[in-house]
Amino acid sequence: MSTLVIAEHDNSSLKTSTLNTVAAAQAIGGDIDILVAGADCGAVSTAAAAIPGIGKVLVADNAAYAHQLAENVSLLIAEVAAGYDNILAPATPNCKNFLPRVAALLDVAQISDVTAVESGDTFQRPIYAGNVIATVQSADAKKVITVRTTAYDAAPATGGSATVEALSAVHDAGISSFVNEEVAVSERPELTSAAVVISGGRGMQNGENFKLLEGIADKLGAAIGASRAAVDAGFVPNDMQVGQTGKIVAPDLYIAVGISGAIQHLAGMKDSKVIVAINKDEDAPIFQVADYGLVADLFDALPEFESSI
Amino acid sequence: MKVLVAVKRVVDYNVKVRAKADGSDVDLNNVKMSINPFCEIAVEEAVRLKEAGVATEVVAVSIGEKNCQEQIRTALALGADRGIQVEVAGKVEPLVVAKLLKAVVDKEQPQLVILGKQSIDGDNNQTGQMLGALANMGQGTFASEVVVEGDKVNVTREIDGGLQTVSLKLPAIVTTDLRLNEPRYASLPNIMKAKKKPLDVFTPEDLGVAVTSHLTQVKVAPPAARQAGIKVADVQELVDKLKNEAKVIS
Repeated sequence: MSTLVIAEHDNSSLKTSTLNTVAAAQAIGGDIDILVAGADCGAVSTAAAAIPGIGKVLVADNAAYAHQLAENVSLLIAEVAAGYDNILAPATPNCKNFLPRVAALLDVAQISDVTAVESGDTFQRPIYAGNVIATVQSADAKKVITVRTTAYDAAPATGGSATVEALSAVHDAGISSFVNEEVAVSERPELTSAAVVISGGRGMQNGENFKLLEGIADKLGAAIGASRAAVDAGFVPNDMQVGQTGKIVAPDLYIAVGISGAIQHLAGMKDSKVIVAINKDEDAPIFQVADYGLVADLFDALPEFESSI
Repeated sequence: MKVLVAVKRVVDYNVKVRAKADGSDVDLNNVKMSINPFCEIAVEEAVRLKEAGVATEVVAVSIGEKNCQEQIRTALALGADRGIQVEVAGKVEPLVVAKLLKAVVDKEQPQLVILGKQSIDGDNNQTGQMLGALANMGQGTFASEVVVEGDKVNVTREIDGGLQTVSLKLPAIVTTDLRLNEPRYASLPNIMKAKKKPLDVFTPEDLGVAVTSHLTQVKVAPPAARQAGIKVADVQELVDKLKNEAKVIS
């Protein structure tokens, strides 16, 4: 059995989600190689080669892959996939974008958001916004899988010495091009990799009140998230949404403020190590998953919390 | 230009779905069914393109049993011009849905295909991308803005930490994210008018597509429950617990 893990990176650094995916590949067993598709991504392949237990790192370093356009990268992966039984990628927005194209090119199903490996062909994944866990068995000889990264602890990043092999194949489908990217420049960590996340819900009442979370986030080095209710109400942009259709997070500490705890939100954060809920409704479902619940008006509790930490 | 928009019949957003006691499947007896919320956003975007004079015709397609015609009618009430149902019994995997949609694309030759990024039942997030590969079209997934310019479409996409804009040659695929638009409500006169709009029905055989199955659902189960913790009396106790018991802040 052999598995190809697709590296998640930004051409300069290897993202931790790759390490979570390697851990899932180890749960399946067999030989593991990593594919790095990018441009001027030498530092990424060096980092990938340092992961213990990796056979080789395949590097496709070409301008056609600079922004990992799905149309181009999928052609590359489908070609490289010929030599592997399993193709694994983290269920990040980037990999979710191109991996289903790979599956279609290979004429196999994709198994999305795998949270557990039961055997070489049987996997668990959440459906219906996390209300239900389905166990699915694949009849495909080649399995294309995205891994829910919060379900696997990251594999060690250093200590290995895989060989690095350059791939010369260049696939440019010629049907799409990159225009620009606006990545919010923030002093704060990214939501999906932050050790502490503080999120606001409809109880915040408006976008302006999210400032109440900022002081706390600054003190704790936390990322700021939101519930879908807060996004739907227009308080904050969608990229802050934590939930089944937003970002899936599992920090050491998750603080839910003014969030009732709809299942779609819980699906995005319930794997957090410690959950704190602050809500004035003592019957809010969020308290059923919180390690520490505080029934209080958030407008009183937040300033006091900020000054106490 | 013609816009094809795909809609799926799913359990209503507000229904809390449970696994059946025997674990064979989820219990969908007597639950409310609706158009998938992301598909509704797709219909809205297509209709707005028509209202802006960019699109000339909006065709709504759904793949499923006869009752999915209700969701096609919903799309027609929101402003789509005509409907297509591909009649398939039972659950259909995303790859097969993509193949059926590819056959509809070949027939209809739309310049733009708009789909929801995922359906809230299977949560797969695959169909649009798979259709892109099968039809060899560019894709703008998780779209928050769609701008058609000549023979290209610029799609702004939600990515980790921000937004990315790609330019795609038409014909192309767009999958919708929440921020793209806020769908309208269908007015009563439009609901009545929708009943008279044309709706064609095809079978997979008509389209030359074999309905295959690659995955077997072995069982379904409720997720592992998380133990509820304790209620703290005030902020001071909360800070104390976080520092000294959970040791997650210092």
